[in-house]
Amino acid sequence: MINFEYASPHSEAEAVELLNSHGGNTAVLAGGTDLYNLLKADVIAPQRVVDIKNVSSMRGTTDVADGLLVGSLTTLDELLANPQLRAYRSLVQVAEAVHSIQVQAMGTLGGDLCHLPNCWYYRNGYGLLGQQNGRSLVVDGQNQFHAILGNRGPAMFVSASRFAPALIAWGAKARIVGPAPDQVALVPLEYFFVSPKNDHQGVTVLQPGQLLTHIWLPHAEETLSASYEVLQLEGLDWPLASAAVCVESSAGIVRDARVVLGHVAPTPWVAADAGESLVGYEITEASAQAAGDAAVARATPLSENGYKVQIARTAVKRALLRAVGQLEGGL
Amino acid sequence: MAERKFAWAPRAENVLIGKEIARIDAAEKATGRAKYTSDINTPGTLVARLLTCKHAHAKVTKLDLDAVKNMPGVKAVHAFKKVGDPIRWEGDVIAAVAAERVGQADDAIKAIPIEYEVLAHWVDEDDLKGAEAADANLAAADKRITAARPTTRGDVEAALKTAKVVHKGHYGIATISHMCLEPHGTHCEWKEGNLDVHHSTQNVSGTAGQFAQGVGIEEAKVTVTADFEGGGFGSKFAADEWGVACAKMSKEAGKPVRLMFDRATELKTPGTRPSAFMDVTIAADAEGKIIAWDSHHWGTSGPQGGGVNAAVIPYVFTEVPNKKVSQTSIKCNTGPNRAWRAPNHPQACALTQTAMDDVAAKLGMDSYDFFLKNLALVAPPGNAQAAYRAGIYADEMKVAAKEIDWKAKWHPHGKGEKGPVKRGLGMGFHTWGGGAGASTGTLKLNQDGSAEAIIGSQDIGTGTRTVIAQTIAETFGIPMASVKVTLGSNKYPKANASGGSTTVGSVTGLYRRASQTALWQIFDKVKEKYTLATADNLAAKGGNILNGNDKVCTWQQAVALLGPMGLSTTGTGGGMTNGDGLTSAQVGGVQMVDVSVDTETGLIRINKFVCVQDCGLIVNELTAKSQVLGALIMGIAFALTEERIMDNATGRYINADLENYKLPRIGDIGTLKVIMYQPDSEYARGVIGLGEPPVIAPGAAISNAVANATGVRVPVLPLTPKRVLDALKGGQLS
Repeated sequence: MINFEYASPHSEAEAVELLNSHGGNTAVLAGGTDLYNLLKADVIAPQRVVDIKNVSSMRGTTDVADGLLVGSLTTLDELLANPQLRAYRSLVQVAEAVHSIQVQAMGTLGGDLCHLPNCWYYRNGYGLLGQQNGRSLVVDGQNQFHAILGNRGPAMFVSASRFAPALIAWGAKARIVGPAPDQVALVPLEYFFVSPKNDHQGVTVLQPGQLLTHIWLPHAEETLSASYEVLQLEGLDWPLASAAVCVESSAGIVRDARVVLGHVAPTPWVAADAGESLVGYEITEASAQAAGDAAVARATPLSENGYKVQIARTAVKRALLRAVGQLEGGL
Repeated sequence: MAERKFAWAPRAENVLIGKEIARIDAAEKATGRAKYTSDINTPGTLVARLLTCKHAHAKVTKLDLDAVKNMPGVKAVHAFKKVGDPIRWEGDVIAAVAAERVGQADDAIKAIPIEYEVLAHWVDEDDLKGAEAADANLAAADKRITAARPTTRGDVEAALKTAKVVHKGHYGIATISHMCLEPHGTHCEWKEGNLDVHHSTQNVSGTAGQFAQGVGIEEAKVTVTADFEGGGFGSKFAADEWGVACAKMSKEAGKPVRLMFDRATELKTPGTRPSAFMDVTIAADAEGKIIAWDSHHWGTSGPQGGGVNAAVIPYVFTEVPNKKVSQTSIKCNTGPNRAWRAPNHPQACALTQTAMDDVAAKLGMDSYDFFLKNLALVAPPGNAQAAYRAGIYADEMKVAAKEIDWKAKWHPHGKGEKGPVKRGLGMGFHTWGGGAGASTGTLKLNQDGSAEAIIGSQDIGTGTRTVIAQTIAETFGIPMASVKVTLGSNKYPKANASGGSTTVGSVTGLYRRASQTALWQIFDKVKEKYTLATADNLAAKGGNILNGNDKVCTWQQAVALLGPMGLSTTGTGGGMTNGDGLTSAQVGGVQMVDVSVDTETGLIRINKFVCVQDCGLIVNELTAKSQVLGALIMGIAFALTEERIMDNATGRYINADLENYKLPRIGDIGTLKVIMYQPDSEYARGVIGLGEPPVIAPGAAISNAVANATGVRVPVLPLTPKRVLDALKGGQLS
């Protein structure tokens, strides 16, 4: 770990001001479940760490006219305990699937969305793109956990966020403050994530001095939702692939369906074809399977990760069946 | 007077031996009062960190430790390598720094000026053809591949012609690291020319000499202490160069130094269990008996080549009449090997018995009937001992099959459920020695009737103290609380290293001898004092000395006859040399497992895992079962999740962290059922070690269950979702 300044602001404005220095070489500390590992491994070396846990406006949930604002500092435990979030089934399912009680206690929603990739080339010091001497280590390397979609650019890691697929399916928006303390933007979460073209670009739209303060969610109303993560282990583990769905239906017939995959691409992956394939149909084993097929139809697996196509397909099918209470079997 | 013989009491008379008794040091361990090496933090202790090489193959061209000697907090440095030295694997140690705080040591490590000439590496241990192609361009001295002469028996070619079925297959098992809960580490402190070492070791008595030699003092001036140890599994027998470096830095700094490995270093540096791969042709006759075995093996133990010893192939079922086994060693730029719980056996078991199960599938036989039929191959024909072992296996199969409900649940491979989740059964067999190691222990019997055992043995987490206390308390007929066991220092009588499953036989045998020797002296005093006609009918039970059924005196009264000095005896143990039958060797077991496989995701869950295990006389059924449970969990790990992943381009151990080096948690292990096989015939065999054997067969048993569930063999362990789905895509068995 390289020495750094430590700052502990009490307001969003103060936090943004503290982040907006050292040429943007600053880092946000929320629950620390990712940042500490990155610091200890010298993967990142910020000159200042801004600990936001005392920014009380970023905690809890607030009713707003058209939905709900969820503070980025909401921990997974708090998410599970919050009655206002109970209707968002897919979010609850993700929080429950993070089997580590330590991460549930310390990890935050905002931290999850900003989590840097778990790609082992990145974590071993080869940059976000996993390159050595200008050549990708991923293409011919140990890419069994890498992207099967959206992997034709230089980035081939998978987005680490557990909650993003479910939040995007819900149509969530990211409330971003900064770089000036009075600058506030509400960005559809789908557009929050980026597939970087170089090692310095990051994995989100957040610019130096910007802070993800809240997540806006629409009212849950009659929407059915579910997520399905394929995890090898019962303990702390990252999904091999996941899917989250939100379904609007009338008398069992789908009016609108949104299917988002996780851990298959450098960003959460909106499978528009999969959603559209369901409109006008009931969700059944067959239609869910067809949606799964549609979701991975354009997959471009790497040398070692063809198996993830099958896992992603299954995740979509099972998330849909779970949303309508028809999921049976599966490990 | 009747001849006095060392022997265990008749089984029915035991009060403590064979019972389920909690470890006497359980509370210390559970509460944290037990101090492990990593807990030792005497005043002024410096923290040491290591610089390891990030290249798989390189030569050191620049190394300047003087540059960091004056950095803040740095008190000592140590160089393992010098300019010009070759590095043959990522993780090899280069230098160490001891500083007042860990951050200072880290900063100094990072600041060490070091440069390398990076050389071409080879880390793909599975890719024999690739290694051969790469070898073609290398000078003779640099070649990586060595083919050993095959060992042969009978006529394989002729047997193949008469076979009912011939099966050809490729099988493998990945390299794994030891993953001790407590990493390797040492705390050293000098006191007036003497060296005090706390060392996380399986070998308290044997490492002092290595430290002494390393620092150039007499062994008598070195104290090695390991009161408790958080696992070793074969990786902690030596002082190791980093242990000696810790002692040297402590001397240089004039302060105590603690050097504990961090997790990445622990995974990469101290050694691994080697991988093994095999191409095999197996022939069986119409009855299902294997008549020919022809296998070619490869794999690596790292830079020195080597690999799994193919001499133990085919494993357990060794006596195939026509056999050819050949082996190729590949020198890889990967970490070296170290003994891992039953060296060679888990790999040999997985390779052999998964291939055998595929022969059963090809024959259309129930795996149970097939393995039962082939028990004739466990030892040479006409060998009575072999017949005995085959009989035990057959008995154990029956017990295990009943527990897992084999007959009702088994189905032909791939012919089970219609849905995506398939269930299947598999089995595996193992064998091990477990004879007592050579040790000496002192027994002190105090005037108040209490006893003390003092021995330079160690508790590697398995209950050494407890079984010693049981043995002494049983022999004297006193409560275990009256026995104090002191171990964990080389200043006590020398005991063997805890490796090869040799400790329990060693310490219980020798303390039975020491206790009986003491007891006979007491009996003689009692006979004299109470003017008995003979001491032959005396017994020590329930805190009293009995003559037949009559109480003569209390234990305390009897011991008081020794006078204020009490007495001291010595017991020795070692292999078969004692010849008194208190201990022996050769254990085995049968494991059966019931799994579910999700064929849409490749996930595997253990439903139930049964181990029926023999190990002679069981001293403590609770700790024995614990040992088996731990082994099954460790076996599930290497069967399903655990592997070293080498990156070909960088030559690095790319998953050396606990997120990517995957280990099962409690939720992943299913229901484990341990049944100790213990008819009177086992009691009569005396004590035999159990530490390693139950970890051998899970790989084979689980892989066979997955093949039974899906009808597809996943040829290489661990059975990750990737390997399962890739195999399912590849096709059906037979």
